[in-house]
Amino acid sequence: MAQHTNKRATTQAVTANRLIDGEVVYFTKAGDWSEKLTDAVVADGKEDCAALFAHAEPAVAALLVVEPYLFEVADEDGTLVPASVREKIRMAGPTIRLDLGKQAVSA
Amino acid sequence: MYRYDEFDHTLVRERVAQFSGQVKRRLAGEMTEDQFKPLRLMNGLYLQLHAYMLRVAVPYGTLSGKQMHMLAHIARKYDKGYGHFTTRQNIQYNWPKLDEVPAILEDLASVEMHAIQTSGNCIRNVTSDQYAGAAAGEIDDPRIWSEIIRQWSTFHPEFTYLPRKFKFAVAGMREDRAAIRFHDIGIELVKGVDGKVAFDIYAGGGQGRTPMIAPLIGTAVPADDLIAYVESILRVYNMNGRRDNLYKARIKILVHAIGAEEMKRQVEEEFSHAKNDPNLTLPAAEIARIRTYFEAPAFETLPDISDAFEKEKTENKRFADWVHTNVATHKMPGYAIANISLKPIGGVAGDASADQMDVVADLTNEFSFDEVRVTHEQNLTLPHVRKQDLFTLWQKLDATSLGDANLALITDHIVCPGLDYCALANARSIPISQEIAERFEDLDRQHNIGELKIKISGCINACGHHHAGHIGILGVDKKGTEFYQVSLGGSADETPSVGEIVGPAFTEDKIADAIETIVETYLGVRIGGERFLDTYRRIGKEPFKEKLYVTN
Repeated sequence: MAQHTNKRATTQAVTANRLIDGEVVYFTKAGDWSEKLTDAVVADGKEDCAALFAHAEPAVAALLVVEPYLFEVADEDGTLVPASVREKIRMAGPTIRLDLGKQAVSA
Repeated sequence: MYRYDEFDHTLVRERVAQFSGQVKRRLAGEMTEDQFKPLRLMNGLYLQLHAYMLRVAVPYGTLSGKQMHMLAHIARKYDKGYGHFTTRQNIQYNWPKLDEVPAILEDLASVEMHAIQTSGNCIRNVTSDQYAGAAAGEIDDPRIWSEIIRQWSTFHPEFTYLPRKFKFAVAGMREDRAAIRFHDIGIELVKGVDGKVAFDIYAGGGQGRTPMIAPLIGTAVPADDLIAYVESILRVYNMNGRRDNLYKARIKILVHAIGAEEMKRQVEEEFSHAKNDPNLTLPAAEIARIRTYFEAPAFETLPDISDAFEKEKTENKRFADWVHTNVATHKMPGYAIANISLKPIGGVAGDASADQMDVVADLTNEFSFDEVRVTHEQNLTLPHVRKQDLFTLWQKLDATSLGDANLALITDHIVCPGLDYCALANARSIPISQEIAERFEDLDRQHNIGELKIKISGCINACGHHHAGHIGILGVDKKGTEFYQVSLGGSADETPSVGEIVGPAFTEDKIADAIETIVETYLGVRIGGERFLDTYRRIGKEPFKEKLYVTN
C-alpha cells in the first residue's frame, strides 16, 4: 500500500495488518510487532527509513503481517503520533464509534 | 422466496470447503498474500483499515426472518455486535478474523446464504426494487428475473475475469427504486408488443470518477431472450473493454467511447448469433419454475381502509409522521409497505445492531409473511404488512430505535463507510452525515423541507452515490486535511441526472452550514409543492452558488 507513504516524510515508522485477524500493528525496536504505536521504532531520513522497512518486511514471509508500509509520524510532547488523519484513525478506531478499535481497549 | 435446489446447495457447500482449504493453506504459509488476495476477494473478504471486512450477498435484497436472525448471530458471535447494510443491498461485517471466516461461511450456508459475487471483477450480486411483489403498477415481479440472472451469472466461466466488476439492477416498473440507470446493466420490465413481459435494457451506467447514465441499448427484449441479450452485451464488453487502465475498464467507458448507437450495433450483431443458441434461450418451464418461488403470499381479503389504523394516526402524531414518510401504497387492499429507517439521528447510516436485526427478523415473521428487504438507500423494508398491524409494528420498531419517520427526508442519507473504516477513502463520511442529521433533527422542519436525498462519499469511487444525490457530498483530501465538495441536482430515479459541482469545497466545520444555506435558498424560492429537485431543475445552480459563496 505504497500510496499511503508520504515521500517527503522524514520521520517514519512501519505499520501493517496482522495476518490472522487484520489488527493494526507497528514494527518495534525489538523486531516484533505491537498493537501500540508507542512501541514503534522510528527512523529518520530516506536511507534509514528504507533500512527499517527492509528489517520489517520479512514478517510478511513469516506469516505475521500483511501489507506493511512506512508512514509519517511526529513527536508531540514526547508522544509518537501519526501525521495523517488516516493513520490516526487506524491507531485509534472509527471516530464515530469510540467503543470500537484500540481506543475502546484503552478507554 | 427462492429456495435453494440441490445445485445451489452443492455449489455453496463446495465453495465453503474450497475457501476453508485456501485459508488453511494461507495460514500455513503455502500461499502468499498475492496468491491469496484474489481468492479471498472472490469470497467477499477484504482487508480494511482496522481489520478484515466480510461482505455477505443478499440477492436482490431479499431475506427471510431466519436469515436475518443468522445475520444477527454472526454479528454477535464473530464480529462486534453489528453489521452494515450497503447500497448493493448486502451486509458487511467490519471485524471478522481470518481464521473464523470459514465458520462464518458455514453458518451462512446453513440458511442458504454466502459471500459469492460480492467482490472481484465478476458479475456482482444482482440488486432490485425493494417493493418487488408489493408495488401497485408493477409489470412483473423483478425478483424472478433477478434470480434468473443470478443463476446464469454465478461462476459463469466466461465472465469470471472481466475487465472490471459488473453490476446489474432490475426494476419491475417505470418507477425506479433500484437506480438502474447508474448500473453497468439496468433492466426495466416493460410490456412487449404481444403484451407479455419484456425488458428495456440499459448499458453503460455507473458512478465513480466518471459518472454516466446508461443509454437504452435493447428495447422490449422478449423474456426468453433475456440471457442471450445480456450475454451479448457482456461479450461485447469482454472483448472490447479496456484492460490496460483500471480507471477506464468499466463498460461505461466503452459505451461512451464508441457511442450508444455503435454499442447497440455490436450488441445486436452478437445477439443475432446468441439468440439462436439453444443454451441461451430461457425455457418456459424454467421461468415458470422460478416464478413459483415468488408467488404472492396468502393475502387476506381486507377492506382497504382500516378503522383502527386511521384512529391511531389521528391520535398519535409520531405514528402519523412515520406513516406519512415510511409507509407506501401496496397493491393489495388493506395492506401497506412499511419502511424501516436505519438512519436514526446520531447513528451510522445502514448500521444495525445484532439485537435490532433479531427484532426485525421477528417482526418480519410476525407481520410481513417472513420477508424483509434491504434497500439500496441503506434502509429495510417489510413489503407486506396489514394496515391494521402498522401501529403495533411501529411501536415495536420504535422501542428498538428503528421507528424514525425520516425516509427520503434530509436526514436519510446514503453514506459510505469513509475513512472511519475504508482503506480507499480520502475523507470521513459518517461524521458529516451525523452533523447534518443533527442540524436538521427537528422532524417538523424535515417534513416541511420534504423529499431531499443527501448522498455522501469519502472518495471518488462514489460508493456513497454522491453523483446521484439531490445534494451530493464528496470528501477529498487536500494536503492531509479533509474537504467536502458539494454537487446539486443528481437523481437516481426514473428521471436520472448527475449532480453538478456547485463550487469550491468546504472544510469539515463549514459543510453543515453550507447544506443549511442550500436548504434555506430552496425554501425561499420553491413554488407550491415543489421538491428540492424540482426547484433545482427549474432554477439551476446559480442562485445556490450566489448564497454559498457570498463575499462580504
